[in-house]
Amino acid sequence: MANIAWPPASKRGLIGKSISRIDGPEKASGRAKYTYDQNPVNLLYAKMLTSPYAHAKITALDTSEAERMPGVRAVYVFNGVGKEVNWEGHEILAVAADSEELAEDAVRRVRVEFQQLPYLVDDADLALATKDGRTRQLGAETSGDPAAGFQQAEVTSEGNYAIPVITHCCLESHGSVAQWAGDKLNVWISTQNVSGAAGEYAQSPDLNVPASNVNVDCQVMGGGFGSKFGIDTWGLAAAALAKKSGRPVKLMLDRKPELLMAGSRPSLRGKIRVGAKRDGTIVAWDSDSWGTGGMGVVGIHGLLPYIFRDIPNRGSRYTAVRTNTGPARAWRAPNHPQACFLTMAALDDMAAKLGMDPLDFFLKNLSLAGERAALYQEELQKAAELMEWKAKWHPRGDKTPGPIKRGVGLSIHTWGGLGHDGYCRTTIHPDGSVEVATGTQDLGTGTRTVINIVAAETLGLPLDGIRVEIGDNKYPPDGASGGSTTVGGVSSSTRVSATNALNQLLAKVAPALGTTPDKLEAVAEKIQVIGDPAKAISWKQACARLGTTPIVAMGQRNMSLISSGVGGAQMAEVSVDVETGVVHMEKMVAVQDCGLIIDIKTATSQVYGACIMGTCYALHEEKIMDQQTGTCLNPNMEFYKLSGLDDVGDIVVHMMTDPAIESRGVIGLGEPPVISPGAAIANAVANAIGVRVPELPMTPERVLDALGKGEMA
Amino acid sequence: MADRDERNHSNDSQREPDAKAEAGEKTAKGFSRRQFIKGSGLAVGAGVLANEGLLKAAGIESTPVVSGPGAVPVQLKINGRLHSLRLEPRVTLLDALRNHLDLTGAKKVCDRATCGACTVIMDGRPVYACTVLAIEAQGHAIETIEGIAPAHKLHPVSQSFVDNDAQQCGFCTSGFVMAVKSYLDHHPNPTYDEAKASLNGNLCRCGTYMGIRKAVLEAATKEKGGRL
Repeated sequence: MANIAWPPASKRGLIGKSISRIDGPEKASGRAKYTYDQNPVNLLYAKMLTSPYAHAKITALDTSEAERMPGVRAVYVFNGVGKEVNWEGHEILAVAADSEELAEDAVRRVRVEFQQLPYLVDDADLALATKDGRTRQLGAETSGDPAAGFQQAEVTSEGNYAIPVITHCCLESHGSVAQWAGDKLNVWISTQNVSGAAGEYAQSPDLNVPASNVNVDCQVMGGGFGSKFGIDTWGLAAAALAKKSGRPVKLMLDRKPELLMAGSRPSLRGKIRVGAKRDGTIVAWDSDSWGTGGMGVVGIHGLLPYIFRDIPNRGSRYTAVRTNTGPARAWRAPNHPQACFLTMAALDDMAAKLGMDPLDFFLKNLSLAGERAALYQEELQKAAELMEWKAKWHPRGDKTPGPIKRGVGLSIHTWGGLGHDGYCRTTIHPDGSVEVATGTQDLGTGTRTVINIVAAETLGLPLDGIRVEIGDNKYPPDGASGGSTTVGGVSSSTRVSATNALNQLLAKVAPALGTTPDKLEAVAEKIQVIGDPAKAISWKQACARLGTTPIVAMGQRNMSLISSGVGGAQMAEVSVDVETGVVHMEKMVAVQDCGLIIDIKTATSQVYGACIMGTCYALHEEKIMDQQTGTCLNPNMEFYKLSGLDDVGDIVVHMMTDPAIESRGVIGLGEPPVISPGAAIANAVANAIGVRVPELPMTPERVLDALGKGEMA
Repeated sequence: MADRDERNHSNDSQREPDAKAEAGEKTAKGFSRRQFIKGSGLAVGAGVLANEGLLKAAGIESTPVVSGPGAVPVQLKINGRLHSLRLEPRVTLLDALRNHLDLTGAKKVCDRATCGACTVIMDGRPVYACTVLAIEAQGHAIETIEGIAPAHKLHPVSQSFVDNDAQQCGFCTSGFVMAVKSYLDHHPNPTYDEAKASLNGNLCRCGTYMGIRKAVLEAATKEKGGRL
């Protein structure tokens, strides 16, 4: 009988190799059909009216003129007269019409009146927010004796640091296409939770549809990053408009509402004090921090200091600030990038104050970094080698003549990444074809490819010997894709399912080979006696023995195949033009562990992508809110900036893959490498220009401002 | 280096690949997105086509013709085939492709000439289809990603994207492939630095630029051996 344990390195034909994603050709040829691309016959287009104000009460709403327009088919009201809207972009209504243009016209014909109410959209001024009754301390932690710790400290470093609210900015906006067939609802929806969506539709009294009548389809999706777990109010609206009109409805958010309300990452601002001995030993930490995630009470409580949880004397307090801004959603590695930036910047400033190379300072204090201290040490040393850190590092302030200053910075990070629970079904047909099905989704991480690799490896077949079916809730349920939980979930459920199917096949063919199933293995499109290729029959011959009935076997996530908890180290090299304030990321080194790697190609891409996404939030991304008007100043892609192809330098990825790490099984990778770039790049900028730019993104304005203040000091 | 950030992030017309900029400056009979932006801002709501000032700005001398506001006959030559449609004059080329012809390779993302996900090739030059009106695309040869390779085959640029994992979610990919194809059509032997500097007119959120850079150079090498 085949065993579910991962094969040893010597027996891996596919696992861990560099394999191109199997849906690559569909995507690179434009043939892949995303939710946004679904055009069922008689399609209606829906557009939304959203609040222009940060806070207001709706006092009048008249849709009659809009509804009388020829070609307008249905109206759905999210928030009607008497309801309050609490941020710019808050949903009011949606109109479905024969064309996009007509739906836009109809939205303009809706008469809506508001009574404007007081608002706060900017969280920078904590005193103002407190006076306004908008703050709540989420908790305070104390360990050891912070006051005594600072007395003991020979050097104290103090600073203010901030990282603003940013958005997910998925290129495929949120939305769905809904179509009824009698009492059955079919939806295409750009979602991170294919198997969970039907239950959400079933909860709606507007739809009155049991989950068993809802089919959810998401074969490919244009990004999620944590913002697409739910079907959202507008998902329900599409289904309700389709029901009302009797025609399919497409409701995809336009870019402005997408950026205003479809997901943001909470800000984090804080005042941090660090105390250390002159030899560099950290002895005390104190932080007062706050942030906003919109009207919810959310934030990073419990994460400061980040990683260095064993600093002997520490105090930290976190206050959530409610603002009239679009709601926060999980953003790739929720809370970690913010906590990481504040912590690593404060520690880097302490190293500078001590006159120490931060690499030496971090290495010296890794005993305060918990269970992964040894891993961080190894990773930092590897990163230093790949960055040529010792050659590149200099004390703060590049003394090279001319306006271009270079510097290096570092950071470390951690994440869990335990595979989520889920099921997989493997079917082996008598003709030898195989399908592997699970109700998961591929956000672009390579999930489909991972399933294919694991199934093919398990059954001894080539990749194209397996058909992978995902992205549909008719398949066995899988968990939502968030928190780097998918690869562990699907790789283990696939491994178990394929092994179970194989064992049924082995039982069928063992007599023909004159042996017992436990003596057989599936290798190279054959079933053979273990280690004896001479005693074999081909895969096709073996399957032919099934007669007319396929083998079907289920598998569930298995904890013996997966694990949780990774560490990573990153180093950044930047150049800064001190005349213009422009920062350029010249090089990043990312050293990362994630247990057993299924596909080194897509895994490496995850890390490349994370370094680039991290560069975006380090240098460009900010949801800029204007307290005067209560509105967002940049809900579009020309002023909500992302790095372009020429904005990022070289990236070197090193995956930790020794046998001890691989023996932990599969661990998720999506989140961890996006945590450190902000801190590493910010520390590199400080190293280059000699002063700390205390707030991300490090725009030219902020860099020049920091330089100006530094010169005055 | 000093102007890098400005070029990439403050002026959308400067986001264009060189080829797009050239088209904007030189195409006299065409109506490029660049001139269009200069003249009229965004496309939505434009009921009148032949604004005289606009045409002059575009270097076009003609008698003003008023079209619309209702649907008018429009003929578009796409991938070598002529399509007859009835569209409101305000309909963009992108919406015409996606909503009226089910050619959904070009994606709608920013819808205002910033991200490049809607890139198609018009008369041999890349344009942002979200910022070209369908009526203005008449008489021009339009190439979309659906037209660059026969069914079940991949264009060498697409193949290079696959081989170099130059895509994750894939939503920017069609636009990038078209921008790269057009770039290589005009610059068959780019250096790494040239390619990097010339493909800033498209944005990716997943961060696939490392793969894309490699894909561009690999496709350039492959194409020398004969085009698809």
